[in-house]
Amino acid sequence: MDFEYTSEQQMLRESIARYLGDRYRFAERQAMVRSAAGWRPQIWQELGEQLGILGAPFSEALGGLGGGAVESMIVMEEFGRVLAIEPWLDTIVIGGGLLRRWDHARARELIGLIIAGQLRCAFAYPEPHARFDLTDVATTAVASGAGWRIDGFKDGVAGAPFATHLLVTARHAGGRRDPRGVAVYLVPRDGAGVALREYPTVDGSRAADVRFEAASAELIGDADAGIDALEAAVDEGVAALCAEAVGVLRCLLADTLRYAKERRQFGAPIAANQVLQHRMVDMYIALEQAVSMTCMATMMLARPAAERRRAVSAAKVQVGKAARLVGQGAVQIHGAMGMTDDLAVSHYFRRATLIESQLGSVDHHCARLEQDIPA
Amino acid sequence: MELNFTAAELAFREEVRSFIAERYPPELRARQDAGVDPIRLDLDKEDYLRWHRIVAQRGWVAPAWPVEYGGTGWTPTQRHIWAEEQGRARTVPIVGFSVNLVGPIIYTFGTPAQKAYFLPRILSGEHWWCQGYSEPGAGSDLASLQTRAVRQGDHYVVNGQKTWTTLAQHADWGFFLVRTDPAAARKQEGISFLLIDMKSPGVTVRPIITLDGAHEINEVWLQDVKVPVGNRVHEENKGWTCAKVLLAHERSNIAMVQRSKSALLGLRRMAARIVEGGRTLAEDPAFRRKLTEIEVELMALEFTELRMLSAENAGKGPGAQASLLKIRGTEIQQRLSELALEAAGSHGAVRLNRFVGLSGFEQQVPEAVGIVDSYLNGRKTSIFGGSNEIQRNILAKMVLGL
Repeated sequence: MDFEYTSEQQMLRESIARYLGDRYRFAERQAMVRSAAGWRPQIWQELGEQLGILGAPFSEALGGLGGGAVESMIVMEEFGRVLAIEPWLDTIVIGGGLLRRWDHARARELIGLIIAGQLRCAFAYPEPHARFDLTDVATTAVASGAGWRIDGFKDGVAGAPFATHLLVTARHAGGRRDPRGVAVYLVPRDGAGVALREYPTVDGSRAADVRFEAASAELIGDADAGIDALEAAVDEGVAALCAEAVGVLRCLLADTLRYAKERRQFGAPIAANQVLQHRMVDMYIALEQAVSMTCMATMMLARPAAERRRAVSAAKVQVGKAARLVGQGAVQIHGAMGMTDDLAVSHYFRRATLIESQLGSVDHHCARLEQDIPA
Repeated sequence: MELNFTAAELAFREEVRSFIAERYPPELRARQDAGVDPIRLDLDKEDYLRWHRIVAQRGWVAPAWPVEYGGTGWTPTQRHIWAEEQGRARTVPIVGFSVNLVGPIIYTFGTPAQKAYFLPRILSGEHWWCQGYSEPGAGSDLASLQTRAVRQGDHYVVNGQKTWTTLAQHADWGFFLVRTDPAAARKQEGISFLLIDMKSPGVTVRPIITLDGAHEINEVWLQDVKVPVGNRVHEENKGWTCAKVLLAHERSNIAMVQRSKSALLGLRRMAARIVEGGRTLAEDPAFRRKLTEIEVELMALEFTELRMLSAENAGKGPGAQASLLKIRGTEIQQRLSELALEAAGSHGAVRLNRFVGLSGFEQQVPEAVGIVDSYLNGRKTSIFGGSNEIQRNILAKMVLGL
């Protein structure tokens, strides 16, 4: 039983933190998200070439650095601290997670492209009627020549404008909500029959509604294997998202503590008020527990499916609640300053708010826990 | 990072489990199964001591003490496993005021004579200790205590009143904070730490009956009690230093995760037996969601405790973070007893009655025995040992720097 990092993991953390501290300062980040492109592709290139960390969670046999989920946790927490909008979650964790489970030469080729920074994914699963249900897929896949043809509509695909490829869930068989018949397809974002309607999201990132009309696609994995691999990869995504939340919440709490000590009213720092002290303690307690649950879920990812599901959903419940409690507390204690666009705290709050429901809300994950416990 | 215990730790856990399974007195187990709750401390003195002596014989009664005084030399993880296994098996607690509270003060600040006399008797269970800290006018603000000790030759004469003194009716000895210098510049500076024989003339113990009908706490009156100077621990007027050391000491199992896990299991069994509107409470979506949420909270506490333990193993000592475990541990215990009461509904009104036998409802739902008294009694957990508000003050000051 050990929650400590190895010295290699500590080094990874330091090197990514140093890089982001240099290249992702808040003012620069804001200029970037307000630019027409909305992001800086060279950052992802540098993460691959200069830092060489895009392979951190892949095995050496796949051309990676031999790490795993803990390495993704480290990177995502550091991303959370600077509100990075880089596509690690969709590309490395979910895309990489699907490809690692596909024992095929093409999978190894695609992983090579990911590690080289040339393949960036957006996970296109949400449909307007389905909420968080991975099986409720109306988008269709039909075999066509050597590949597949995709038709359908996905809405709110986070990060789609920055991706080279979309990972699309689509159905080739089975009725509505039948897990058999759902598979994941790789679709070039700029391919024929793919139309994006792009828009900004409140956290400074971008998303898109995507319409597929006879879009050419490549199947990832086995069409008839069911969604076990998909669910496992998404669980890895949830754990990584929890890690990002930890980074975000750490900053929210740190900013709040600093502000409460500086801001003076009635001749004293507002931090002298017990009611505010206790609220900040409750924020601290929620954060500490979110950290513990994130580590726990990350370490449980390799366990059998039932254990993994329970660990990941429990972590997302805890993290979702912490995101709300810490985020709202941070804005409240900053007073009107917390409402302004100028202060970083409002941007961290926005990201925390979106993480609450990304890849499943508190209620969704509670219900998932209940599925596995007989009444 | 690794969640599993090592092979050696697993073997140790096996050893602890079989020790408890083989040696825990069956008659105690039978009484607990009939609804006597060891956490409510409503067992007899002899019940506690029976288990204490068995554990003492095995040498495990004071795992955190230095080996030279009778400790085990275990790692923090081993101490955690031992505490958790006791919780899992719902054993009666080891007499805590002796082992966890006064013992460490004596081996840290005591004279060689004090150590040689008292420590072995704490380990064996020969001496039962009570804690004379709180007074009617000194609760959270402990340093404002008024009990007065006046030096007269080779002894002190002590006058005053202590209160909320847990199980003082069983105690052979008490450790007391008393004021020796009323003129000290800071109120913390005029306090001394005395060991008082509870059979001394002038010591009177009067019961306080709590809302659940239990006699667990007492008033202790001290009237011209003569205490030899040799029973003062540490220097005169340095008693506050002794008291403060306790705060940083032996926090293992403060969160009581395993006991709460057992309680949650009992609650699930109970919900599966209670029927309303043609379905069990366990099938009721609203009640189910409450169980799911408390289960997640309990997991979050469990892994937070393990993470702190891991830090301690890595040489980063436990600090004020222990307050987090106390706050969350007690909040969860209280929530679980609240849910048990909600589950029982109006059937939960029955006072635990050792003479008349079980109510009709209790016969159908054995897990419900004594739940209302446990709920009422359990309100204490967020008050004692430094109220949860005081714990938040500690975290605000020591961890957040506010």
